[in-house]
Amino acid sequence: MSSYIPQSWEERRQMLDTIGVSDVNELFSSIPAGMMLDKLDLEPGKSELEVRRIMSSMAGKNHVFSSIFRGAGSYNHYIPSIVGIVTGKEEFRTAYTPYQAEISQGILQSIFEYQTMIARLTGMDVSNASVYDGATAAAEAVAMCVDRKHRRALVSATSNPMVVDVIKTYCYGRGIEVVMVPEKDGVTDTEALKALLDDASACIYTMQPNYYGQIEDVSAVCQTAHAAGAKYIMGVYPIAAAILATPGEIGADVAVGEGQPLGLPMAFGGPYLGFMATTAANMRKLPGRIVGETTDAAGNRAFVLTLQAREQHIRREKASSNICSNEALCAFTSAVYMAAMGDKNMRQVAELCYDKAHFLAEKLEEIGYARRYGGPFFNEFVTENPLCPEKVCEALEEHDILGGIPVEGGILWCATEMNSKEQIDTLIDVLKEVPDGTVV
Amino acid sequence: MELLFEKSRTGRSMDYMPASDVGEYSMDASLQRKEPIGLPDLAEVDLTRHYTALAKRVYGVNCGFYPLGSCTMKYNPAVNETAASLPGFTGIRPRQPASTVQGCLGVLTKAGKALCEITGMDDMSFQPAAGAHGEFTGLLLIKAYHDSRGEGDKRKVILVPDSAHGTNPASSAMADFRVVSIPSLPDGGVDLDALRAAAGEDTAGLMLTNPNTVGIFDKNILEITKIVHEAGGLTYYDGANLNAVMGKVRPGDMGFDVIHLNLHKTFSTPHGGGGPGAGPCGCKVFLAKFLPKYTVTENGGVYGFANPAQTVGCVRSFYGNFLVVVRALAYIEMLGAKGIREAAEGAVVNANYLKTLLSKDYQCATKGWCMHEFVLDIGGLKHKTGVNAMDVAKALVDMGIHPPTMYFPLIVHEALMIEPTETESKDTLDSVATAFHAVREAAEKNPEALHTAPHTTPIGRPDEVAAARKPVLVYKK
Amino acid sequence: MKETLKDRKYTKTHEWVLFNEDGTADMGLTDFAQEHLSDLVFFGLPNVGDAVKKGCAIGDVESVKAVEEYNSPVDGDIAAVNETLLDNPGSVNADPYGVWVVRIGNITAEGELMDADAYDAFCTEALKDEE
Repeated sequence: MSSYIPQSWEERRQMLDTIGVSDVNELFSSIPAGMMLDKLDLEPGKSELEVRRIMSSMAGKNHVFSSIFRGAGSYNHYIPSIVGIVTGKEEFRTAYTPYQAEISQGILQSIFEYQTMIARLTGMDVSNASVYDGATAAAEAVAMCVDRKHRRALVSATSNPMVVDVIKTYCYGRGIEVVMVPEKDGVTDTEALKALLDDASACIYTMQPNYYGQIEDVSAVCQTAHAAGAKYIMGVYPIAAAILATPGEIGADVAVGEGQPLGLPMAFGGPYLGFMATTAANMRKLPGRIVGETTDAAGNRAFVLTLQAREQHIRREKASSNICSNEALCAFTSAVYMAAMGDKNMRQVAELCYDKAHFLAEKLEEIGYARRYGGPFFNEFVTENPLCPEKVCEALEEHDILGGIPVEGGILWCATEMNSKEQIDTLIDVLKEVPDGTVV
Repeated sequence: MELLFEKSRTGRSMDYMPASDVGEYSMDASLQRKEPIGLPDLAEVDLTRHYTALAKRVYGVNCGFYPLGSCTMKYNPAVNETAASLPGFTGIRPRQPASTVQGCLGVLTKAGKALCEITGMDDMSFQPAAGAHGEFTGLLLIKAYHDSRGEGDKRKVILVPDSAHGTNPASSAMADFRVVSIPSLPDGGVDLDALRAAAGEDTAGLMLTNPNTVGIFDKNILEITKIVHEAGGLTYYDGANLNAVMGKVRPGDMGFDVIHLNLHKTFSTPHGGGGPGAGPCGCKVFLAKFLPKYTVTENGGVYGFANPAQTVGCVRSFYGNFLVVVRALAYIEMLGAKGIREAAEGAVVNANYLKTLLSKDYQCATKGWCMHEFVLDIGGLKHKTGVNAMDVAKALVDMGIHPPTMYFPLIVHEALMIEPTETESKDTLDSVATAFHAVREAAEKNPEALHTAPHTTPIGRPDEVAAARKPVLVYKK
Repeated sequence: MKETLKDRKYTKTHEWVLFNEDGTADMGLTDFAQEHLSDLVFFGLPNVGDAVKKGCAIGDVESVKAVEEYNSPVDGDIAAVNETLLDNPGSVNADPYGVWVVRIGNITAEGELMDADAYDAFCTEALKDEE
């Protein structure tokens, strides 16, 4: 019998006898005959040895760069060895959603711990159990802020374009208007923001640092929003959150972000992790699963999925979101990462990212790649280039270096704790040697 | 059990990072956070023991039988994990030059082609990260289709059977549709007369799963999809129950225009305790131009990404849950054409075998054969002994079995929905039937004990009322 | 079952309404409603000043596993909401007729209302249907 069916044909025959049929196809007799397939037009099944060979061969057709200077929503960070060991435990991997609390305390407790860590990282009161990624987290945060009277969502043009795209798609679904707030000198134009805010504005979303790596004056954005009666959604880079002022300290209403940097591999884009945290006042507006602490009849501490009446399986069409799954294993992974790292290492990683990026910026400046924007930045920045960005990237790729990403005629560079001084020096040397190409 | 924060002691964590080799740069104090983060401080040995202890309080498919209806908790093949851990996949960034990711693009292409063949669709997007996400995407396609024909304002209704999963109406609302519920007949099939009456000029589409949530294949399916098409609406297939029919019949041949799949159900990728899954959205050729961005193209053996002409945009960042697709592809390669059919056959045989055994002690919601799942109606038992579906489910926990899905579908009161899947042996199913029999006996002899079940687990029934009235969602010292 | 009070009227959707001397009306949930919903965990309350229409939903109430809307018995606008319900939703379970949910003013029309006896009969029929 085909793989993974633990039955012999003899056992199958016995079971069919018990059911009272002689052929398995009798059990499919309610399907109109004309629709039944004779066969699928697919290759035959293979042995495990062959399948592993095929998958390895496909993996071999990809190139893993040894030196990565690209961020823009997916980051090359160090993953401690312990993370893979713990997250490989098959119990966690093969379990279903912990609806049966009595037999799922392990998962529920680990998610409760995750929620606590995210709340502390962002300085907010509460967190949910995660959503699909940072972009959908932003879109769901917009949905939290919108109501019958407030149906305009303001989004800064300094946000990651992919996040903007997802917010727009979700808002198209719900008939919510998205208004872009222009960028000025590499940050959100707060004067323009003031002018755009009106009675119908539900919220403003900006990222910290923003897509260009700049550290924005988010206090000003937050105050401007609140003065106009709108909510402030702050998108957060979780590594930077170890150093930068938190959404809680700023006074944001909702904090969201992409959790991939917290122990998840880059993995060609997924699975990733969207975290969402908010104030106690907005707690019941959070979409998705949430774990709460309670007790059982004997007074033992017990964890349970709570506030379920918000969710789709109960509220159905009145739910504010249809989200069913959280990225449980990804949230679990990020919790293990944060627990392994602790405050000390999280801070060190953030400082190293900052140091490497500032060193890189200096070195690039020396060879004619000047920063496009002034003002403070974290670990990403945009440079003007003496040469066409695509040519620059091609030249770097030949040396097994993935350079910054071309962005609006410039290049958006990123440095993390994974970039050694050697790598940076090599990058600079290669750039010095790039032959003069077409200047944009 | 203590939380990580309670086990934390200052000064114990490891040194993971080297010192800076590029010097130190200062950051303005005014930009920095005032409060320390407050993460736990633990040595690696204590951290690992914590999670080992937690793992003992988790029940996965690798621990035992898991008959959750509509969840398809089948065995997750080990080869999937090997494939998904290959550094040639995990170490690849998104937004690398196409020439450096031909393998990844090849995975998406191959998986897409196979899944289109299995479902009878023409194109597919892997962006949706979960089933509900795939539903939302499919509904956006329907919305975009009607908008493109100038009928978007007119067609605002999605027809959904009252037996449907809650995500169906919730997803519809997210796409700004109104939901009209179509009543089910006693066997769970769609009431055709009610459907005919409801379908009209305001119909955007119909959402349906077939077999339905009571485990019956609706034999009127061609008539159902015809009614909706004649009214000018589109038809959406909820792929949650595909495990019953894959390789035997295709939603595309049932008259469906757009579908989603649950790779973490039908295609054996692990549930992870609630994710990550993947909910790819497939469609017929006339809807392909609306699919989300980043569909894969092939040109003379070279792969690339493209954005469909009238794309609805992105529903997620990047391309979707790639490593989940890798696992599903490994599974499809293992099973092949025949294996996929046999999986569906095995699922249906196992369900009918278990149903036959359980029918001796329990009432089933439907008569005759089922497909891959069936529903027990505990209403009669409740009337006779006071033991309800929740009590039966919790009592099974004491027998070492994960409970079935409780109280769903809503059209059966005191429902227990059971889906054994094909990856269970006859021995396992026999012992499950024995356990159910024991619970039935206990219900007659000692119903009181069942009201307070389970008794053998780390905690008893949690106080969910308190948890919802005064939510405690984070640890506070 | 708690006794159905005779000083007020009832709706088919299991709300009670008590008309006050100052022209406002208090609305709450009946014993039948709280029995069926079981332990209440949260009240979604409307805003003061919101216009309400008879028979239409004005808010919802959650139990652990369910959510139900409650409807206005009259046309008017919300004069006050019982904020103690935010901290103590269970008080409605304990004393459904003693705890009001919203107070409605500027009443211009009444919906379909039953007196206590008619409501009791209605409930008896409803229970029969459920069996």
